[in-house]
Amino acid sequence: MNRIGIIVFAGVCVLFVTSWFLKGSVGDATMTEGFLITLSAFLTLAIMSFLYKDNPYYKFAEHLFVGVSAAFWMTMGFWSTIVGNLIPRISDSLGAWFLQPKGEINYFFLLPIFFGFLLLMRLAPKGGWLSRWPLAFIIGTTAGLNFVRYLRSDFINQISATFVPLVVDWQGFGHFFGNLSLSATGPLVAMVGNFVIFGGVICGLIYFFFSKEHTGWFGTASRIGIWVLMVTFGASFGYTVMGRISLLVGRLTFLLRDWLELMT
Amino acid sequence: MAVAIILGVLGIGLLWLFIGALKGREVDRRVIFVFILVAVAAPLLVNITFKFEPTPIVQAVFDEFESLPEGSTVLFSYDFDPAMAPEVQPMANVLTRHALERGHKIIFMCLFATGEGQFNVTDREVIQPEFPDRVNGVDWVNIGYKAGNEGVLNVIVTDFKKMFPTDVNGVPYDSIKIFDKIKSCKDLDLIVSIGGGRPGIKEWVLFVGDPGNVPIATGVAAVVAPQLYPYYPKQLIGLLGGVKGAAEYESHFKKVYPKYADMATPAIFMMGPQTIAHIVIMAFIVIGNLIFFLGRRKEGEEA
Repeated sequence: MNRIGIIVFAGVCVLFVTSWFLKGSVGDATMTEGFLITLSAFLTLAIMSFLYKDNPYYKFAEHLFVGVSAAFWMTMGFWSTIVGNLIPRISDSLGAWFLQPKGEINYFFLLPIFFGFLLLMRLAPKGGWLSRWPLAFIIGTTAGLNFVRYLRSDFINQISATFVPLVVDWQGFGHFFGNLSLSATGPLVAMVGNFVIFGGVICGLIYFFFSKEHTGWFGTASRIGIWVLMVTFGASFGYTVMGRISLLVGRLTFLLRDWLELMT
Repeated sequence: MAVAIILGVLGIGLLWLFIGALKGREVDRRVIFVFILVAVAAPLLVNITFKFEPTPIVQAVFDEFESLPEGSTVLFSYDFDPAMAPEVQPMANVLTRHALERGHKIIFMCLFATGEGQFNVTDREVIQPEFPDRVNGVDWVNIGYKAGNEGVLNVIVTDFKKMFPTDVNGVPYDSIKIFDKIKSCKDLDLIVSIGGGRPGIKEWVLFVGDPGNVPIATGVAAVVAPQLYPYYPKQLIGLLGGVKGAAEYESHFKKVYPKYADMATPAIFMMGPQTIAHIVIMAFIVIGNLIFFLGRRKEGEEA
């Protein structure tokens, strides 16, 4: 570590301790709460410091996050899957030892234990092939289970959702033009929306149809299709920006309100 | 006034960048970060808010809560973690408040292990202070988290007890009053999935909504909202997309229920910085394109 690095490190330590002391001794917060708020603020700033450039504080926060996450999910996996879902179903006494509610004993659940051990055989130098059996089971059941669901919800129901009436609440031209409005729930907006869905789906499909050359009216529809796709990607990008800014707002609110107390 | 000052300062900065870029000076990415920081932090400090009207897709969720008869059973699934909380927690809070205000009974659960902690936030900020008379087990119950992702949904669509033999406090299923008439998800009047990851709303639609014919409403993080719009209105009755959707809902809820005029509205509060930040981002996109096309024309003239 060079001299500047040592000075920065000393400055960070002094700031940390000062913040801890001030947060813990002034106001309602205890010293423990003061430490936790200061630590949260330090980790937030450490992660954000990556925007300037890569540095040891960012690395520390990143490694801490990865380590804590791995430990958290491993613990959750043990307590919720093995203890929560499995043990009460194979042994009353073991379930009681883990303070689990009594479940219906079903020795069929010994099979997942066996498959679990087979999965771990991947670590064995000569028994690696055994792990393929539970993997095949997992992939097979997942594919089978999802196939039916996706076919129904993401294929048939989605196709059905594009069968929309192009003319909504039609009671003649007089009625239509007499009650013309741009209300979001009015017939005009509904009709335009339904036309966009109908035309957008057809043109989008044409863009992905490569068995015919994209020239003439087919080419025009294909170009409209790519515009529809671009608008969709644009909407996704806009929403993503909104999501990321929301997260920034959340962190800045924490720093400005909970840590620095500049906001009420 | 505050908006004008902030936009004025940012505008002058952007103009300076534009002129500098025209002279051939490269804009460092860190300058853009500083602009975004100012655009977000300044409105937070001066508390800029805007008015919102609900869009039909948000209004549909509100109307569903209103149309359900008092005493209906609604399941809330907290399928999110602290990382998504700034966007999604305001939705969870306002939807829970609305459901309890209408006298509905609520079953809370989560497909994310971290969802239990997020439910505690709602409990602390909404249920305990605003509805202290509502009894755990009778008016609402938290059955917590179960590992298994869509496997959990595949079971509870036909049998709750099989997957949740107790609530989160270890109270047996059979002695929880709210479950007297609820044996599976098919007996529910409405499911509200709040989240933005996997497992989440898509799994609820695929494994419960469509096969069980149960109405599903949702509040989601903005990142996944565009992927879920195709499910509206047939497979989802309504959707709160990102903090904007939450702000629309909060605004409409306050309008319909004036007694909540002073309630916390974090989503409306967050839309101030959102709006200013979006203006800055759009300005950067316009400036970047202008510089690109002007530079290309200049190159063409030189050639």
